[in-house]
Amino acid sequence: MLITCPYCGPRDVIEFTYQGDGNRERPQPVSQDLDAWNAYVYDRLNPAGDHNEIWQHSGGCRAHLRVVRNTVTHEILSTAFARGGHKSAGHRTEGKP
Amino acid sequence: MAEYSAFSLLKNALSGNKDWKPAWRKPDPKASYDVIVIGGGGHGLSTAYYLAKEHGITNVAVLEKGWLGSGNVGRNTTAVRSNYLLPSNTRFYEHSMKLWENLSHDLNYNVMFSQRGCLNLAHTPAQLDDYARRGNAMRHLGVDAELMNVSEIKRLVPALDVSGSARFPVLGGLMQRRAGSARHDAVAWGYARGADRRGVDIIENCEVTGFLRDGDRITGVSTTRGEIRAKKVALAVAGSTGRVMQLAGIEKMPIESHVLQAFVSESLKPIIDTILTFGMGHFYISQSDKGGLVYGGDLDGYNSYAQRGSLPIVDEVMSEMLALFPGLARVRMLRSWGGLCDMTMDGSPIITTGPLPGMYLNCGWCYGGFKATPASGWCFAWTIAKDEPHEFNAPFTLDRFYRGLIIDDKGQGATPRLH
Repeated sequence: MLITCPYCGPRDVIEFTYQGDGNRERPQPVSQDLDAWNAYVYDRLNPAGDHNEIWQHSGGCRAHLRVVRNTVTHEILSTAFARGGHKSAGHRTEGKP
Repeated sequence: MAEYSAFSLLKNALSGNKDWKPAWRKPDPKASYDVIVIGGGGHGLSTAYYLAKEHGITNVAVLEKGWLGSGNVGRNTTAVRSNYLLPSNTRFYEHSMKLWENLSHDLNYNVMFSQRGCLNLAHTPAQLDDYARRGNAMRHLGVDAELMNVSEIKRLVPALDVSGSARFPVLGGLMQRRAGSARHDAVAWGYARGADRRGVDIIENCEVTGFLRDGDRITGVSTTRGEIRAKKVALAVAGSTGRVMQLAGIEKMPIESHVLQAFVSESLKPIIDTILTFGMGHFYISQSDKGGLVYGGDLDGYNSYAQRGSLPIVDEVMSEMLALFPGLARVRMLRSWGGLCDMTMDGSPIITTGPLPGMYLNCGWCYGGFKATPASGWCFAWTIAKDEPHEFNAPFTLDRFYRGLIIDDKGQGATPRLH
């Protein structure tokens, strides 16, 4: 399985660490909504098909990635930085270091 | 008289083995049943068997989407053990062990249960202390356990590298002598025949495509072979639990499906007379009666429904094997395959009524489902027949995750790939 890291390009899956289901929503730290915390910690979508998940390029640039992958064929459909508003790889090389 | 006996073998041998009855019929589904069991694997078949045998409920159908034994019951590495730390796991798996010890007689079918022991190797003093603690916890509940030192281990498994120059030197191990292995096909076929002879319909090539509902209540299933109604619908679909629950409108479960690979080498003369596990990684190995080494390691580590694995794990498993047995470096691998594991958030199973009225759920076997086959079916049949759990499966509820009652033997938390 090859995962295309937005910084590093296509790399073998052994460079990455699986962080699990990317559909979960973490409640605000001050939240006392037990159901929301339980759902965040324990509930999983676990689809047979396209799955929205988080990976870390732990053996590379260490960026956290949002990956859409098919759990039946293992095809990678898209990769992007997990956190919105990240600068792109091209951005870094522009202007002054 | 027992269907298989010395007398019947002789009689059928004389008539050219042409008169054996098939081990199970191939019936068409009826319009309705008292109980439908979805999933014709080990757990589904043993559930049907114990429903008929222990509770007299024989108007039962087992629905299997492929052929009988095509799923995990034929994909595991056949280890049977009850060496757990936490009391609820120990009690349940020890009940299973006791059923295993009499299973061939009970089924009148030789499941080739061989109590050759299971030895967990320790490679650090802390690990040895941890094993002593687990062994004591097991003995406290009446399960056999003993610590072995290096020279005893060397005598038991001469091929193992126990030298100080090993990559991870062996310091000792925890042995459960009553653990062992069984022939997994025979377990499926034996339970199937036992259920069939008591009147259970085993319906193969019959995939569930939806649930029949009356409000919230489940009243039957629609399948590729038509609609079938039932008073009670029981799920024993292991790695497909998420998929089948979604058909019932339950989107999320405390389960992830992962793929686990297993491997068989070419046949060797007897070399490993026990089940051996590596303590510095995740690796286990035993030898089948045909001589092939049967071994496996970690999950591939990401959600998968593919029933096939990837090469990095193959590489890792082989290197772990060579860390223990350098002498096996030139042994050729014959076959490898993958099975789906329904990994729960605490590594323990779920056998419960619900979550919908008319539904019963048996899932979350992680990669330890084979050894549980008898007790899983026994407890699930009890739960279905009496609408309440037996004390052995009472802790294995679905809502334990939300009530702070998780049973996390390994202490890994809600990261299923690590259990």
